Amino acid sequence: MMPQKAPDHIVKSFDDELRKLREQILAMGGRAEAQLADAITALAKRDSDKAVRVIESDKGIDAIEMTVAQDSLKILALRQPMAKDLREVVAAIKISSDIERIGDYAKNIAKRTLQLNQQAPLKPTGSIPRMGDLAIKLISAVLSAYANDDADGLIAAWRSDESIDEMYNSLFRELLTYMMEDPRNIGASTHLLFIAKNIERIGDHATNIAETVHFLVHGKPIDETRPKGDTTNVAING
Amino acid sequence: MNAISPTLAKMHGRKVTVHYGSKQALFDVDLDVPERMVTALIGPSGCGKSTFLRCLNRMNDVIDGCKVGGEITLDGQDIYDPKLDVVMLRARIGMVFQKPNPFPKSIYDNVAYGPRIHGMAGTKGELDEIVRGSLEKAGLWKEVKERLDQPGTGLSGGQQQRLCIARAIAVSPEVILMDEPCSALDPIATAKIEELIDELRENFTIVIVTHSMQQAARVSQKTAFFHLGQLIEWGDTEQIFTSPKDERTQGYITGRFG
Ligand SMILES: Nc1ncnc2c1ncn2[C@@H]1O[C@H](COP(=O)(O)OP(=O)(O)OP(=O)(O)O)[C@@H](O)[C@H]1O
Ligand SMILES: [Mg+2]
Repeated sequence: MMPQKAPDHIVKSFDDELRKLREQILAMGGRAEAQLADAITALAKRDSDKAVRVIESDKGIDAIEMTVAQDSLKILALRQPMAKDLREVVAAIKISSDIERIGDYAKNIAKRTLQLNQQAPLKPTGSIPRMGDLAIKLISAVLSAYANDDADGLIAAWRSDESIDEMYNSLFRELLTYMMEDPRNIGASTHLLFIAKNIERIGDHATNIAETVHFLVHGKPIDETRPKGDTTNVAING
Repeated sequence: MNAISPTLAKMHGRKVTVHYGSKQALFDVDLDVPERMVTALIGPSGCGKSTFLRCLNRMNDVIDGCKVGGEITLDGQDIYDPKLDVVMLRARIGMVFQKPNPFPKSIYDNVAYGPRIHGMAGTKGELDEIVRGSLEKAGLWKEVKERLDQPGTGLSGGQQQRLCIARAIAVSPEVILMDEPCSALDPIATAKIEELIDELRENFTIVIVTHSMQQAARVSQKTAFFHLGQLIEWGDTEQIFTSPKDERTQGYITGRFG
């Protein structure tokens, strides 16, 4: 395998550009993670002010994505990167677009929270924060894998997405029961259902990032190295 | 090394070594040249690319003190067999050099030279056809058809290089070796040569030495990376440029060579 730290480029400014790209993405990822955490807290605490702040802050993430796209394009055009450098730039474009989507979903959760706060609280609101926590842990695991250029811990993180999916499925059934019990619950339940779906999608984007980081580090898709039949090491747990 | 089966390889090098006097320039190179594909040889200056290329049509024979070892075959036949006619071999394996080197003759005669000495044309009409066809394949016909009797040396650098390619094609070789054919050319002339290489690939097997990673990536299907006289890595061009296996390859193509 390649050494973790490649020697510097002969052209030093190229190293600076690649480093800056990573830093931007990590900043962007940190923001998205915080946005999701705030959106979940706003939901759990019925805090409309916080929800509004989440909605407004999403612009900041979009702005970084634009910068990353421009910088990546510039590197592609002016440096014509090869091998790991090329994967680095392609990974930056892909990861930033996944993070941008995560930010959008967090914003959507906050918007729905504003709606929900107009109505009486519903019980399953409680299991959404647990699902949200799992998604936040997953995002943070894939981002630190990216920061350290280390794909080894990724497989476990990657699999924890399955738990998010399972939680979504059981929440879905639970909410369905509520709606059938009392049609007046339908409005709030629908919002919760979409929120849960948003978190589930966030998990998918975090999984995409895991796959991109794996490709970035190893130059091949994650499938090839996925340990088969190993179920003991399932979760980064929540 | 991921060698392909000998039947698919047009040329086939096994344990190729080269010495210049007491200095060893190539160490046990195993490399296959697949038929009707472009194979690019890359690597830092002095790593032995040109040396290896010259082994493929025995151009090293003419260098004093140069000794080639190992085995190189063309269609399974040993090209270093003492009974083999080297002139015939070089008709089957043509070469284009870094600096365009047209003969100090007319454009027509530059292209007709090879077919004449190999007795490939019975009549003037046949020779005309070969000259025209070769210039067309080299993408030069339109530019020179009105002035075939003028000296080849009067053409622009890019045109001269295409003339040299036409000259190489004229004897219907099976393999064309090119040593940095675009290093003296501007981007447009380079693009024309690259387009030409891509077309020639239909009928010819091509081996090209280039210092431009982008050029290797653009024109070749297989890429071989040489370093200090050794073949370090060889494989599909796409793989070499996206996920090279050896860190020396990675270091070279990403510009990190220490
Ligand atoms: N005619 C010669 N006599 C002695 N040594 C030679 C001769 N030709 C090449 N060499 C040596 O053999 C080694 C390989 O040279 P070669 O020309 O094959 O390198 P290369 O990879 O083509 O380099 P470049 O990219 O600069 O053209 C070098 O160390 C060179 O000095
Ligand atoms: Mg050379």
